[in-house]
Amino acid sequence: MTTTIESPELIEPEEPGASDGHGTGGHGPDEHGHDASHAHYEGPTGILNWLTSTDHKVIGKSYMITSLVLFFIAGGMALIIRGQLSNPTSSLVNFQTYNELFTMHGSLMLYLFAGPFAFGGLANYIVPIQIGAPDMAFPRLNALSYWLYLGGSSIMTLSFVVAGGAASFGWVAYAPLSNAINSPGAGTDMWLMSLGLTGFSAIFTGVNLVATIFYLRAPGMTMFRVPIFSWNMLVTGILILIAFPVLFGAVVMLFCDRHFGTHIYSVSGGGVPVLWQHLFWFFGHPEVYILALPYFGIVTDIIPVFSRKPLFGYRGMVFATLSIAALSTGVWAHHMFTTGVVLLPFFSLLSYLIAVPTGIKFFNWIGTMWGGQLSFQTPMLFSMGFLFAFLMGGVTGVLLASPPVDFMTHDTYFVVAHFHQVLIGTTVFAGFAGFYFWYPKMYGRMLSERLGKIHFWLLFIGFWVTFIPQYIVGLDGMPRRIADYLPGNGWTGLNVISTVGAMIIGASFLFFLANLVTSWRKPVPAGDNPWDGGALEWFTSSPPPHHNFTHLPPIRSERPTWDYNHPEHRKDESHGDKRHREHDKETVGANS
Amino acid sequence: MRASGAILAIIGVFFGIMGIVYWFTSYEDAGFLMLMGSALLGILPGGYYLWWSKRMKPLEGDLPDASVSDGEGVIDSFPGSSIWPFLLGMGAMFATLTFIFGLWLAPIALALGLSAVIGAVVESRRGGTV
Repeated sequence: MTTTIESPELIEPEEPGASDGHGTGGHGPDEHGHDASHAHYEGPTGILNWLTSTDHKVIGKSYMITSLVLFFIAGGMALIIRGQLSNPTSSLVNFQTYNELFTMHGSLMLYLFAGPFAFGGLANYIVPIQIGAPDMAFPRLNALSYWLYLGGSSIMTLSFVVAGGAASFGWVAYAPLSNAINSPGAGTDMWLMSLGLTGFSAIFTGVNLVATIFYLRAPGMTMFRVPIFSWNMLVTGILILIAFPVLFGAVVMLFCDRHFGTHIYSVSGGGVPVLWQHLFWFFGHPEVYILALPYFGIVTDIIPVFSRKPLFGYRGMVFATLSIAALSTGVWAHHMFTTGVVLLPFFSLLSYLIAVPTGIKFFNWIGTMWGGQLSFQTPMLFSMGFLFAFLMGGVTGVLLASPPVDFMTHDTYFVVAHFHQVLIGTTVFAGFAGFYFWYPKMYGRMLSERLGKIHFWLLFIGFWVTFIPQYIVGLDGMPRRIADYLPGNGWTGLNVISTVGAMIIGASFLFFLANLVTSWRKPVPAGDNPWDGGALEWFTSSPPPHHNFTHLPPIRSERPTWDYNHPEHRKDESHGDKRHREHDKETVGANS
Repeated sequence: MRASGAILAIIGVFFGIMGIVYWFTSYEDAGFLMLMGSALLGILPGGYYLWWSKRMKPLEGDLPDASVSDGEGVIDSFPGSSIWPFLLGMGAMFATLTFIFGLWLAPIALALGLSAVIGAVVESRRGGTV
């Protein structure tokens, strides 16, 4: 069924002075947003709606729920891994199972949770609404992305039940270990095929994000008024288009090596095993930023709302995002320092350089909070947690960019602690910040602040208790990916502390689940704009109507909803009095 | 359009410069080719957008003082619901499983994939549910 979408109507704000001056969330849904004649949906409902919908909101929610389920599965694996390591000679699981567990923990978390939760879930839902678009640019392609993702993640999860078990070579699948002799069995093939499917799903989502943000912005929403979350998703989309095709090519070649007798990664036939590492990390390092940039964007959208200030350094943020993305493609071999065949100064220097735009972002976040009226509701708390966690992960990352330090710490628990701090800082702290922030918009009901805060504090404490001991035990020489160690190594105490921390993290998510259940059993209506946010998503109803907007405010800054709700604070950024003037389309083309 | 094209073109040029520097410092093929591929990925669409941006009416979304009422009228036709993406996705899944578990899965993959492709094309042509 095809629907023709009319553009939303303009709704002008009251002039300054006419308003009471301290709007607490602006307008109710009665004023606009519920215009039944404008947006109506006559598609199938129930499970058929889930199967056939091309609405970005339905697909976004499907993505989010699927990736959260996979997050909980992978988190459960992490608890088993920590249980095994809490005791030097533990036999909680056998060694083969342990190898499968850490491989699948990494694969599920990185390929199937962290990325899809951001660019498939939150971005799919929020980006079109933030830029005033009725849907993604290619709705059916968007649906196809989700089904490829679901197919791929089913294959990967089900690889546990085939003969020989799941893949067991770590989430990076280094070449000689992942060939047909060292890793026989269908589990490895399923792992590869799953990456192929989810890779294509990511590519299609990337295409969709870039096309949507380039072409479907509402009138007046110029590139430099697009909220930072959408900006970061645009850059993420470009990075996806750079990185994932390389992964797909690498995976296909590995499959050919395993089954069709090619020798691309095997020395015996004249191939180069280290080529896998080049290809994998050319995907893998941009992938780190594909995972990080959306979450930077979430935090950048949340901090101004809870500081009651506009974002400090909007353009600086945009350029920092672009330069992080550009630099991230030139640093892949800092994962390969110890191979001895890469150019150390080039990759070391570029890796250090990434600290500069990231630092700009940190100062801008602090600058936004500086002098603001901070209120520490759950989304803001999680954003603060992100700042601390990511700072620690980032600083140890700068250490690791130095080849001498990397030679010392490569493949130890120091690296494990580093990337968990980076990735939990972004995907979990910032990801759940975004979830708490936008949940009222998606479902029209609030989450409990009390349970949210318990979730945060348990997670925050558990996070540090888990990973600080891992840094120390890593510097003490404990290698990663080992299933046991000797009592005489002296690593037991720190590992026990780390395991306790992991259990605290696990417990914190019980409060998250309780929070979801509470919000469904005893709904608290959210209203359109519970946080008094400034971007366009807070202008429409919660949840938004079928094609997002029946009315739009004038878009004159990067926070049109704030301008509409608080006309007394409105600052006309561009051309003085030009706001209401009829413009001549021929002459303003140069401004774009 | 100009901003969008410039973003892509600048990223492409950056990768081009980095690729050249990388080649003359490391003489390593794989990374050089991938950087050059990324450069083209930026320059080709970026250049195309820049070329068009001079020749077409600016988009309403690019005008700093465009009013929402300037975009009045029909935005576009959007598919309301469609079963074909689901069938195509499942077809792709069975196609990958064919490589692992054998050719007996191929008929399922082909049936799902072909019906989905035909269905989606017919749906686009007719503009209605098939």
